Amino acid sequence: MYPIVLLSVLGIVLLFLGFLKSKNILLPATLLFLALALGSNFIDWNQGPLLYFYGMFSVTNLTLAFNAIVLVSAFMIAAMTRGFQDDEEAQPAEYFAIMTFSLVGAFMMIGYEHLIMLFVGVEILSVAMYILTGSEKRNTLSNEASLKYFLMGSFATGIMIFGIALLYGATGTFTLTGIRGFVSAGPAAQSYIMYGGLLLLLIGMLFKVSAAPFHFWTPDVYDGAPSIFTTFMSTIVKTAGFAAIFRLMAHSFSGIYDFWWVTLAAITVLTLFVGNIVAVYQNSFKRMMAYSSISHAGYLLIALTALTEQTERSILFYSMAYSVATISAFGVLMLIAKEKSLDGRPNESYDAFNGLAKQNPLLAFVLTVSMLSLAGIPLTAGFWGKFFVFSSAADRGLMWMLVVAVLMSAVGIYYYFRVVIASYMKEGNTAKIRVAPFYQIVLVAATVITILFGLAPGFFEQLL
Amino acid sequence: MFTLLLILIPVLTGILTLSFGGRNARLLALLGAVAELAVALVVWMQFDPVGGQQFGFKYDWIKSAGVTLGASIDGISMLLVLLTTFLTPLIVLSTFGHEYRNAPTFYSLILFMEAALVGVFTATDAFLFYLFFEAALIPVYFLSALWGGENRLKVTFKFFIYTIFGSLFMLVAFVYLYFQTPGTHTSEIAAFYNLQLDPAVQGWVFWGLFIAFAIKMPIFPFHTWQPDTYTESPTPATMLLAGIMLKMGVYGLIRLLLPIAPMALEDWGAVAIVLSVIGIVYGSIIAIKQRDMKRLVAYSSFAHVGLMSAGVFSTTLNGLQGALIQMLAHGINVVGMFFIVEIIFSRTRTRNLDQLGGITKNTPQLTVYFMILLLGSVALPLTNAFVGEFLLLAGVYQYNGWLGAVAGLTIILGAVYMLRLFQRSMFGPRTEVAEHFADLSLSERAVLIPLVAMVFWIGIYPSTFLSLTEPTVSQLLRFING
Repeated sequence: MYPIVLLSVLGIVLLFLGFLKSKNILLPATLLFLALALGSNFIDWNQGPLLYFYGMFSVTNLTLAFNAIVLVSAFMIAAMTRGFQDDEEAQPAEYFAIMTFSLVGAFMMIGYEHLIMLFVGVEILSVAMYILTGSEKRNTLSNEASLKYFLMGSFATGIMIFGIALLYGATGTFTLTGIRGFVSAGPAAQSYIMYGGLLLLLIGMLFKVSAAPFHFWTPDVYDGAPSIFTTFMSTIVKTAGFAAIFRLMAHSFSGIYDFWWVTLAAITVLTLFVGNIVAVYQNSFKRMMAYSSISHAGYLLIALTALTEQTERSILFYSMAYSVATISAFGVLMLIAKEKSLDGRPNESYDAFNGLAKQNPLLAFVLTVSMLSLAGIPLTAGFWGKFFVFSSAADRGLMWMLVVAVLMSAVGIYYYFRVVIASYMKEGNTAKIRVAPFYQIVLVAATVITILFGLAPGFFEQLL
Repeated sequence: MFTLLLILIPVLTGILTLSFGGRNARLLALLGAVAELAVALVVWMQFDPVGGQQFGFKYDWIKSAGVTLGASIDGISMLLVLLTTFLTPLIVLSTFGHEYRNAPTFYSLILFMEAALVGVFTATDAFLFYLFFEAALIPVYFLSALWGGENRLKVTFKFFIYTIFGSLFMLVAFVYLYFQTPGTHTSEIAAFYNLQLDPAVQGWVFWGLFIAFAIKMPIFPFHTWQPDTYTESPTPATMLLAGIMLKMGVYGLIRLLLPIAPMALEDWGAVAIVLSVIGIVYGSIIAIKQRDMKRLVAYSSFAHVGLMSAGVFSTTLNGLQGALIQMLAHGINVVGMFFIVEIIFSRTRTRNLDQLGGITKNTPQLTVYFMILLLGSVALPLTNAFVGEFLLLAGVYQYNGWLGAVAGLTIILGAVYMLRLFQRSMFGPRTEVAEHFADLSLSERAVLIPLVAMVFWIGIYPSTFLSLTEPTVSQLLRFING
């Protein structure tokens, strides 16, 4: 609860700091606020399940851990913005404030106990994202992406609220516990309205995490948005979104698993196929990362479809591994894209990476580790993420899904390795790129985390 | 604890080489590899063949999930650890005549590879095995892709994806087996042995593991990555691939596939053995037609490994013992052969048999070493491969007489392609490129003498090594048949 209150207030403070002449204070202030929020997050640590806001919001160690992942990701991303100093058009105060507010939405999605809380959380996060996607106002692609995201997103929101309404109509309650009680009361009380409501709500949520066939907005939006906000979207929105879907399915609807698992299984397989197969045909690294984010949604959905006792931990570990690797990948991309810019536009194609390793061995190494992790190669955190997810599927006996997932990971290796090959083995020259010290710390930290959890995944468990 | 030491020495010396190597990278790497060999020899001295798993360590890795970090050495592991630690210093030494750019990275990758290989051969936990199995791939991929020939990018990429694709099936099998273990689950290989799976399920597990190992070895028809990769890789990487890494596949068959899915062998063992025998004949015939020396040796390696896997799938004592001793012998011979190809290439800048000839006139020493290694490869009595091939063929014959007869073609065909290789390169009229062919240098002899010594040692007194593995193999067979 504390980070919600803290960041709501500090976000407003950031807006006021924007009135100062010097914009240099904004970045340190944001980082400080995020660090404070991270500290306050742990006040409730080990306090057991707590309910706040009149029982609308719950706190457990696992929701706190999700919060921590979101906060750490946000911290790293904020540090990589360098205060938006390179961009004269930028409005740093507003950007940082919006980012801060959006985190509040993410926390609400992670810990909601009441469906209205979920809805408000999703909206706070989404509206913030619509704005940030269109923040590069002189770029038509960015505008297009923003509009597309907004239109499709509002549509999904409509479906979602429709689902919530139906659920309320069927069960007479908005709380997860109340719905759980209704579901476990047995089939006599259940009606088609409840099933319909669940499916509509699920569709709305799956849209937000870009699962196929609700993914069509993803490539354009990820591609069009400024890279720094693409990073934000692909890590924080995804983590919060999956935490939210998990809560819904595990806390309220585990009683009717037999009803929804087929739907979710079909969506999972479709997502894995679309994400991985289409990613192979991309020529832009950034667009590939968009499809890769779809494919990772697929892997996370496997854990949801299986829904075992380990699912929440699997999702937690996977989100962590995925977020860290994505942040470092985009971190390197932003540097290269700027260095190799064509006609003033960042160059985000694979070719931009050619010969990167010669002058910039550190960047090439960071990129390689993040690609290995995303591809799920052992000794990286990504491998254990996949491993835990696959284990939950095996535990549930979904061996066929496991085989599909494994085949798709093999496809994944192909497109992730293209950029590694480009940076180490293709001819090309990239001048030595000067990396700001703070930026470098973020990249190195992300790499260290990836390798550390790759070597000792048990360490993560001990933290919980 | 010796096992931990064996895994850590190459990692640490690898890091040292990478950080402080500079111009002396190769010396540091050689020192690391020799230290590793010394430790391995100490382990060998203290090793008790009937003592089961020894020198092990075991820590919790993911405690709640029962995944352990454990490795130890039994007879089969001992043999392969010896092979790895014996060949690695020679592989490092074999590069002394050649300046590799970015040497610290190059040599540290070789050492990392050694660590991963020792890890594969000693791991007692299935997930750790998988981890090392994959970890071995990454250094050799970079060695090939960074220092390889012209087509290296395409070829190594295919190799990388192909082998990872295969091992992912192994991972699926492991995850499945893990959830079959009783109680809170454990991923120790020994626990997998006692699962008593349903025969139909064993069939699935069999194929999951078989595809992974068949691609690694490779067995027909999963071999298409192999000749190109062997040819395009720099010779040290080829030596690592053919000399040691291929044995990971055979080792996996013996350590995992046979004891975990013994009942599946009745249904599918015949398929596997027929595929292996096809590989023997197919590989040999293609080898006869090759002009490129390196490619020829690559196909010969493909043919030889087919015989090893046929022996393993015969599940006879002869077959398994033959496969083990042949792994040792083949590792020595193939590393020697690739090294000689490299020596010839470095002096003439060609590997094409049409352009070579008459080298023998200036090079009495090279001729002798080449001849000994070659006769070893074609399994002449009193050389190392004879023991292995004899036992292997006896094993396959016990399984099925006809298959044994077809597999026996390997000796005839092997002699054809090997002697053709020798004749076309060393004898005949002296060609232009062989005009100023210098004989062996000191470092080259330092590589070849130990190899040749081992050819004779194994050929004349194989019991040293056979008795090392015999108790473990008998126990394994009792387990499978009982």
